[in-house]
Amino acid sequence: MIVKKIGDSMITPLGFSVEENFAAVMAGRSELCRYESLWNLPFPCFVSLIPDEKLEAELARELSAVDIASLGTKFEKIALLSAVKAVKQSGIDPTSERVVFILSSTKGNVELLADENLDIERVTPAHTAQMIATYFGNPNMPITVSNACISGLCAQIEAHRCLMSGRYDAAVVIGADVLSPFIVAGFQSLKALSDEQCRPFSVNRKGLNLGEAAATVVYSVDDDAADGWRMLAGAVRNDANHISGPSRTGEGSYQALTSLIRVNGLETSDLACLNVHGTATLYNDEMESIAITRAGLADVPVNAMKGFYGHTLGAAGVLETVLSMRALEEGIVPATRGFDELGVSMPVKVSSRAVDTAKHTFVKLLSGFGGCNAAAAFTRQISAR
Amino acid sequence: MNHEVRYTVKLTPNYLEVNGLRVQEATPGESFLTKLYHIYNMEYPKFFKMDVLCKVGFIASEVLLRAEAVERFVPRSDRAVLLFNRHSSLHADRTFQHTIANPDDFYPSPSVFVYTLPNIVTGEIAIRNKYQGESSFILLPEKSQAAMEQAIDRAFLDPETTSALTGWVEAVSDAEFEAEIELVVSS
Repeated sequence: MIVKKIGDSMITPLGFSVEENFAAVMAGRSELCRYESLWNLPFPCFVSLIPDEKLEAELARELSAVDIASLGTKFEKIALLSAVKAVKQSGIDPTSERVVFILSSTKGNVELLADENLDIERVTPAHTAQMIATYFGNPNMPITVSNACISGLCAQIEAHRCLMSGRYDAAVVIGADVLSPFIVAGFQSLKALSDEQCRPFSVNRKGLNLGEAAATVVYSVDDDAADGWRMLAGAVRNDANHISGPSRTGEGSYQALTSLIRVNGLETSDLACLNVHGTATLYNDEMESIAITRAGLADVPVNAMKGFYGHTLGAAGVLETVLSMRALEEGIVPATRGFDELGVSMPVKVSSRAVDTAKHTFVKLLSGFGGCNAAAAFTRQISAR
Repeated sequence: MNHEVRYTVKLTPNYLEVNGLRVQEATPGESFLTKLYHIYNMEYPKFFKMDVLCKVGFIASEVLLRAEAVERFVPRSDRAVLLFNRHSSLHADRTFQHTIANPDDFYPSPSVFVYTLPNIVTGEIAIRNKYQGESSFILLPEKSQAAMEQAIDRAFLDPETTSALTGWVEAVSDAEFEAEIELVVSS
């Protein structure tokens, strides 16, 4: 039995389909831009926002007026829109008790806290997850994974386990987060933001950019011989070091990578790329270069997508996985936008240009606050003709 | 179920239970969490920096792990920390929101913002105990024993995980909290 991808979708500033997003990334485009006082915040920021008018137009195409009226916030809109598109593409029956919905989000509807007439129960992402499951008529209690920046990978790992355990036949994994004064001011207070284009792994990197996105992937169980993208497995490990800074030795990422490689018998020579976190903060990129090197993966091409989208928080793990899959279908490891000269202590293979590859397997790596780290492996099965 | 429960702790604003036995009760006019910290000689000054969700998870986990009575603070990757609640980090979120609500009194603090993620409590427990295994925080629309047991079963699908510190940890205010956690081993 294997876990196969049968549907996906993306709602981002670069487009409302995987194809639009892939084309934009291939063209080197981004909607990251500088705002002098976004939402009247007293500092400039460099972020990527989903335009409201385009979102409303897309909602009108995909959902009924009644359903749209029930959606209050941008977070609810992009999460549901993304789920609707991916579920439709997958062909699953979402009302089946053999289907589970899994949401990945860090802050969900937190912007509602600014509203004096607040329904406090609506703030938690668990509420949004239930709203989405109810929309589809799904009878199971939805699972919401909230592990900071690694949530999108943890949610896929939960999906993989839900399917491998035999309890479910299909899992819908939705990653989504929107920006608000809460999130932007918070990251600014941590001095984690750059007020110009983020530069992952660069000697010139000054911090991260934030971005909005939703992305969904639908997995189902299939036969061992099935063609297409499959999720092999994942591992989650903690640095046990600091709640808001990565381990200097990359311990958790190193352990997640080595566990993944050992358990799946992966050969590093089979890996097309490591699609890493690459937030462009001083500490994250340095830590990843150490973890990658310690895990014996220094020869594998490394790429990061934050230069196209910014850090999309709970969406990142799903968005970056789906986009990596799409690119590898074309034999391409995408460029690391914003990268110029290597500025980490270990010589990892990052490129500012897209690189051709004939390989069909990649590893996705993420790390986040709370000391958490996740790695997962994906491979594309193509039968001989 | 592919796991069995070894020890349990329940902590509410009124009492502390270990393995179903009531061992401490709150007295009016003092912080029950701080009282427990002192009674159990926890000697971990970082406790006083934590938000209430982390304090509740920390105290409950300390009491639970003392019940286990094995050598502590040895780095290990075979124990997962898997916690659940409904309201995520709501209390820290509200605290941080207060610091940005008024443009004339705008003072976002990194030491508050960092607690606006529910998985910080799993991280605090991992740091305290040098647990380098899996850590995860799952939000559920309601406290469901069945949903939690299924998630714990799934955690044991990681071949390195042989035990887990797991359960419900919710804190929506300084006075409204609940931890019901357990130490489980794979069977």
